[in-house]
Amino acid sequence: MQGRDTAGLIALILAVVAIPLVIRNDYYLGVLIFTAFNCLTCIGLCLLMGYAGQISLGHGAFVAIGAYASGILTTTLGWSPWAAMGAGIIIVSVVAAIVGVPTLRLKGHYLAMATLGFASIIHILAVATVDLTGGPSGLLNIPRISIFGHQLNSDMQYFYFSWAVVAIGLYVAFNLINSRVGRGLRALHGSEEAAASLGVNITAHKIQVFILSAVYAAISGSMYAYYVNYIDPGPFGVMHSVLLVTMVAVGGMHNIWGAFTGAVLLSLLPEFLSSATDYLQLMGIAYQPDYDILVYGAILLLIMLFLPEGVFDGLGKAVRAGRRMIRR
Amino acid sequence: MSHSGLTDIIQFMVMGVQRGAIYAMVAMGFNIIYNATGIINFAQGEFVVLGGLAMVTLTMALNLSLPVAFILTVVAVTVVGILMERLTINPVGQPTVLRLIIITIAVSILLKGAAMCIWGKGSHYMHHFTDAAPIEFLGAIILPQTLWIIGILLCVVIGLVVFFNYTMIGKCIRACAINRDAARLAGINDRKMVMLSFALSAGIGAIAGIIITPIIQMDYARGALLGLKGFGAAVLGGLGNSMGAVVAGLLLGILEAFGAGYISSHYMDAMALLILLVVLFIKPSGIFGSSEAMRLKEF
Repeated sequence: MQGRDTAGLIALILAVVAIPLVIRNDYYLGVLIFTAFNCLTCIGLCLLMGYAGQISLGHGAFVAIGAYASGILTTTLGWSPWAAMGAGIIIVSVVAAIVGVPTLRLKGHYLAMATLGFASIIHILAVATVDLTGGPSGLLNIPRISIFGHQLNSDMQYFYFSWAVVAIGLYVAFNLINSRVGRGLRALHGSEEAAASLGVNITAHKIQVFILSAVYAAISGSMYAYYVNYIDPGPFGVMHSVLLVTMVAVGGMHNIWGAFTGAVLLSLLPEFLSSATDYLQLMGIAYQPDYDILVYGAILLLIMLFLPEGVFDGLGKAVRAGRRMIRR
Repeated sequence: MSHSGLTDIIQFMVMGVQRGAIYAMVAMGFNIIYNATGIINFAQGEFVVLGGLAMVTLTMALNLSLPVAFILTVVAVTVVGILMERLTINPVGQPTVLRLIIITIAVSILLKGAAMCIWGKGSHYMHHFTDAAPIEFLGAIILPQTLWIIGILLCVVIGLVVFFNYTMIGKCIRACAINRDAARLAGINDRKMVMLSFALSAGIGAIAGIIITPIIQMDYARGALLGLKGFGAAVLGGLGNSMGAVVAGLLLGILEAFGAGYISSHYMDAMALLILLVVLFIKPSGIFGSSEAMRLKEF
């Protein structure tokens, strides 16, 4: 890990410890818990998009498989939540390998469409296999998870738990980036041919990262199931996969902190918009939550047109430019 | 028993061709933009949705006559296509594929959101084009709307063949598709051709939406799946190959209808997607790959 990333991670941990001292409202803690789930998935997706240069419009499906594996194994087979999460990780790894091996031979548009098709199929299966998933009405009574025999019953406890997992996810990702594999990945992103000629096994690298990023998504889905205690196919539509890519792209896909920033910003955006409704009303705009999707689309489009490296990179540049101004 | 078996087969064929015609038109829309720019437009399905919903408003709420509403709808959606190209594709110079994909995804989110805000979340009903009674053929029921769909698909295909082979603008777009630099040297304004390809593609999408809406009842969220299946047809026919797209679209629709009839209707949508994945994995160049594709590509 590089010094700057270590500092960022320590700052994050301090912030996580401090936040519940300020925010005691369960609703807001809940929003931050969902933010943690998205952050976790986006860290994984960023490894794939930003470092291996492969797009996936199918990561919502891995979140769904993780969530459903946890939901089904705990409710119908009575497994412990941890065992079910582990099984979910194994299932997702296998599925990712099966999907990844032929898919990652594809490039650009083909890859995007193939993963989107995969996500769509998983969503259709979640709706149609009623005996297994409960169909549209979903699975009820998914248990809460315990740590060292202590069940996480309050939102506060779950808040610490989910952000601790995000911190671990960040730590693993940074270690990967600065390892031999990470350097191979960056070479691969630059030019697959050049990387291959220097002895980087590009196929193996792509598939390993694809599986790892799917595992991040699976853990996120599993934690979602244990927090909400109820899952149905609704949140796992194709749109969810698209939103995850949006988060990574808005934040900046070439930097883990960028994807992290994007996930935090877009997860909090609906809250921000709903709290801004009153002010907008004063300006004569009757804002409704339905308009959120338009705001998402507009933000994504503007970022891609004017700040293609993402918000995080843009902020960095602004700070550097500001410093230069002051020095003068 | 054998008679009812035959009836089923005819009925599924009819349903398949009806669905397949739409996939074929969406696939042609993908191909026109792909040939001109190398871009896969992820907002292609939204053009279909906009076409259907605009037509519903014009005919059902404003009581315009069918031909007037048809033309107004196609013009309106074509303008959306042109605006999309001018505002989001044209300004970015030499973007990466990833950035282009995300830009068209952003446009699709915006169009979908706009459709939801304007038309709401419910599905919209529209009269069939003509009131004639369904035709019975060996026990199978054929709706007059199905005949409209097939007829209009034929018109669109013939129109495109004429446009690309016998008009100056059509030939210019084809020249750009074959070699953009050479086309520019020959004095063709390639930027304008890109805009035209978006216009044409949006217009065809709108027509697809207009003709299918009386049968499926349009809602704002249908774009993604229609787009995906249309892309499946485009890939199956060989990306960029418009005649291949028509054949593949019809084939996909027919396979889907038989699958729904004989296996399970729950998995109908999954089936077309599975075919898409299998084709991508096994033969990404499509069923009319290589030599034949080159021939078919020439409209």
